[in-house]
Amino acid sequence: MDKVNLVQSRTLVIPQSDIDTDQIIPARFLTTTTRKGLGKALFADWRYDSAGKPKPDFLLNRPEADGCGILVAGNNFGCGSSREHAPWALLDFGIRAVISTEIADIFRGNSLKNGLVPVIVDKTTHGWLIENPGADVTVDVAACELRLPEGRTVTFPIDGFSRYCLINGVDQLGYLLDHADAITRFEGARSWQP
Amino acid sequence: MTGKSLFQKIWDDHIVVPETADTPAVLYIDLHLTHEVTSPQAFSVLRSRGLKLRRPDLTLATLDHSTPTVPVASLKDLDIVAEPAAAAQIRLMIENCREYGVELFGFDSDARGIVHVIGPELGITQPGKTIVCGDSHTSTHGAFGTLAFGIGTTEVGHVMASQCLLQRRPKTLAITVDGKIGAGVTAKDIILAIIGRIGVGGGTGHVIEYRGSAIQNLNMEQRMTVCNMSIEGGARAGMIAPDDTTIEYLRNRPKAPKGSAWDAAVARWRRLPSDPDATFDREVTLDANLLTPMVTFGTNPGMVIPIGDPVPTATDASFRKALEYMRVVENKPMLGMPVDVVFIGSCTNSRLSDLREAASVMRGRKVAKSVRMLVVPGSEQVKRAAEAEGLHEVFTAAGAEWREAGCSMCIGMNGDLTASGQLCVSTSNRNFEGRQGIGARTVLASPLTAAASAVAGRIADPRPLIAH
Repeated sequence: MDKVNLVQSRTLVIPQSDIDTDQIIPARFLTTTTRKGLGKALFADWRYDSAGKPKPDFLLNRPEADGCGILVAGNNFGCGSSREHAPWALLDFGIRAVISTEIADIFRGNSLKNGLVPVIVDKTTHGWLIENPGADVTVDVAACELRLPEGRTVTFPIDGFSRYCLINGVDQLGYLLDHADAITRFEGARSWQP
Repeated sequence: MTGKSLFQKIWDDHIVVPETADTPAVLYIDLHLTHEVTSPQAFSVLRSRGLKLRRPDLTLATLDHSTPTVPVASLKDLDIVAEPAAAAQIRLMIENCREYGVELFGFDSDARGIVHVIGPELGITQPGKTIVCGDSHTSTHGAFGTLAFGIGTTEVGHVMASQCLLQRRPKTLAITVDGKIGAGVTAKDIILAIIGRIGVGGGTGHVIEYRGSAIQNLNMEQRMTVCNMSIEGGARAGMIAPDDTTIEYLRNRPKAPKGSAWDAAVARWRRLPSDPDATFDREVTLDANLLTPMVTFGTNPGMVIPIGDPVPTATDASFRKALEYMRVVENKPMLGMPVDVVFIGSCTNSRLSDLREAASVMRGRKVAKSVRMLVVPGSEQVKRAAEAEGLHEVFTAAGAEWREAGCSMCIGMNGDLTASGQLCVSTSNRNFEGRQGIGARTVLASPLTAAASAVAGRIADPRPLIAH
């Protein structure tokens, strides 16, 4: 996993609430057996017409989307399917942080394991971000801060372990395997066996 | 000290390393279910790092998601009927399972089926276990008093390599449904009403325990329908305390304990229900007596109404966009809307009792000429059991298609699709935009409502058809 600490970017704003992972990447792209190259499938059904041509009015197809690394979405982003292809597609497109008032549990966990920063903000801040697409903002993982223009700063929740893993690019499997002895002891000491 | 909830008992029993302020818990996983779509990249991690799959004996695999629901007798057939990428994915799953020693319920197995149908059917889903799968509907297994939740592919790799996951303790939400549901009202209507109440994000960060007389009165298949859709309310897991119904369901199942091991297991399972003084972070109650058949009108499962009610007035732009996508009209009921496709199936409603309910409506009736109806049993075992009762003949005589087991039109990645603009009354779990095909419009409902709608060619209340 790539290290991620500071994400500095203009924002892309998709104000719709309850954006599910089927919208982020439709199921027909899930027959892949790798993690790579899914950026072209990001928001595919909103982004392309039935002939596969980019819809010029969809945000991701507009010139202002170029180089944007922060997505601001409506309330409750990432609900639905557990497909990790959703954060893979966002990252492959170039998104490094997503901001909403609420981020679904499985999507949030998947994001943290891939270096995509889930940023949960209060309604007022969220409302401002929705109203000001393209704002220059900074997500500071180490400080748990979202810095808005004109020196405004809000904090966002992220637990210490996840923060450490993001900043240092720690692969959590290595951490887990360091507990191999404890796992073996647990297996041997159980009062019942599954 | 207050008592423990069902969730807390299972959580405590699986802590390998407790969580601290700085680190998550290491939680042991008793059963890892896996399928062809969310596992290839996890097997790749094992391979690239030279890791073993730690407990193949606690891992079970099936083919369901991208697997076609037309007969596949051999891998040669697969290449004819499946899209090339799907066929390649299925072949890779077969190879991965062989290489890592995982038991696979594949085309040569008479027990293949949807992952959340076969676990319970085999009796390997047992109270008190922790169960995970790279699929959000893993919550289904909570019907047995398990802690069962969906995980991403990175975590699939974690479980393969370590049989553990790094987890923070979630909050608890008790949902109590007391009373008696009326004729024609089903478990599907209960869970749709619950999601309508709490919203699609209402359970985020929580594990749900469903309680109350209306829940206790459900059989195991109905309880699975309820727990299955916990994730549609945002909760990763939903669970129901094990009782006599649970124990009788599991007795003599192929992978259930036998002899003295059975007695010991039952004694352990009896201790799992929440203590009377257990507390929950949140509580919600519903009156089962007031429930009616439910249908969704929008593009998430929280956008749901009693079948006779008018579609609510749009409150914001997202809501309006959903109504436009669905081509439904504010303040008018869904009842009577023309239907193009009816789908009976999915891990929510593809078990024998679901098929019996649908057949009870279809018997002696015909699918309306304008409707394509697909009936897809959840497993090969369900298929055989349904055929032994002649249910397949009821469906085919009515003009419906009777298919092989699989996820089918719930996910639309196996060839079974609803065309753009068509309206599908579906017993599945997600009415997201494009879920059943690009531009497809999905209305979620019970098997009874779906069958009644197939006959009428319009969204129909099943109650008049079952009253006689």
